[in-house]
Amino acid sequence: MTAPAARIHVAHTSAPAPHHYTTLGLDSRKVAIWAFIGSECMLFVSLISTYLIYKGRSVVGPFPHETWTDPTTGHVLKPILNIPVTSASTFVLLMSSLFMVLALAAVQNKEKPKHSRGDRILGNSKLWLWMTAIAGTTFLGFQAFEFTSFVHEGLTIRTNLFGSSFFTLTGFHGAHVTAGVLWLVTLLAIDYRRGLGSRDSLLVDIAALYWHFVDVIWIVIFTLVYLIK
Amino acid sequence: MDTHATNLPDSAEADAHAPGEVEHAHPTWSTYWKVALILTLITVAEVWLYYIPSFVAGRGFIPTLLVLSALKFTIVVMFYMHLKYDHRLFRVLFTGPLMIASLTLLALMFLFGHLYIKIM
Repeated sequence: MTAPAARIHVAHTSAPAPHHYTTLGLDSRKVAIWAFIGSECMLFVSLISTYLIYKGRSVVGPFPHETWTDPTTGHVLKPILNIPVTSASTFVLLMSSLFMVLALAAVQNKEKPKHSRGDRILGNSKLWLWMTAIAGTTFLGFQAFEFTSFVHEGLTIRTNLFGSSFFTLTGFHGAHVTAGVLWLVTLLAIDYRRGLGSRDSLLVDIAALYWHFVDVIWIVIFTLVYLIK
Repeated sequence: MDTHATNLPDSAEADAHAPGEVEHAHPTWSTYWKVALILTLITVAEVWLYYIPSFVAGRGFIPTLLVLSALKFTIVVMFYMHLKYDHRLFRVLFTGPLMIASLTLLALMFLFGHLYIKIM
């Protein structure tokens, strides 16, 4: 009695999962990721609002753009934000978005014939997924370097209002980038295991939408937090 | 009879070609490279402006940076997130909460005195 039951269970789990479509014929998963991105917009705007409200209201330093002399020790603390380093990390994240769209295009056009070496490079989904994951990890490395140097210079999440709002905002963003890198790694695992084809394009599209969203949020953070004094 | 249900695909094979999905062709890789170049140039311009003290001290610094940032945001959303080519519902799902969030941000800025309207 148990053998047929086990066979039924195996047959059920190995069958392709049914996909649900809305009455507009749109895939529910894509509708869900856009709704999720909309809600994430609200989360990040609340964090950005908090940062902007507290901007310039810290009583003690270090400050983002101004020097500060500690009255108790006499130490002069220079402006803490490192614009060249952050500009480099911003460039890396922008390029990661390019790699991500190339990964999506490679998956969508997987079955098309590749005539030249250029076609084969552009059609290599593993290459572009790797490039995106590496760029994301590099961005996280820049952020770890920035956080560590801030702590060494005396700015922690508890130091002042700037520290609290800055670490919360950029920390949340970093957590989202980390989740994105993990997502990319799972896509890479699928690609190595059975190969991503055009029928999987929606899986990659959803991951790409999340990744680009993380990028656009950084575009806003870079301007509002780092560049505007 | 539910006419929608009869037209909807439910197999994995149909996933890539959902019949009701209004989706235009995505841009080619050459468009993606051009978009990346434009985004890089805008970022370079932003950082360059940051290092011009006379411009930073002027009244045009913050509006210029905000416009450049909004431009980059729009380009990524339109071309990389394919919102320009996808179904209108996705635009609504994204811009609706974004508008609510942006208006809340503006209201908070007025409320906490970071923005104000000068009357005489």
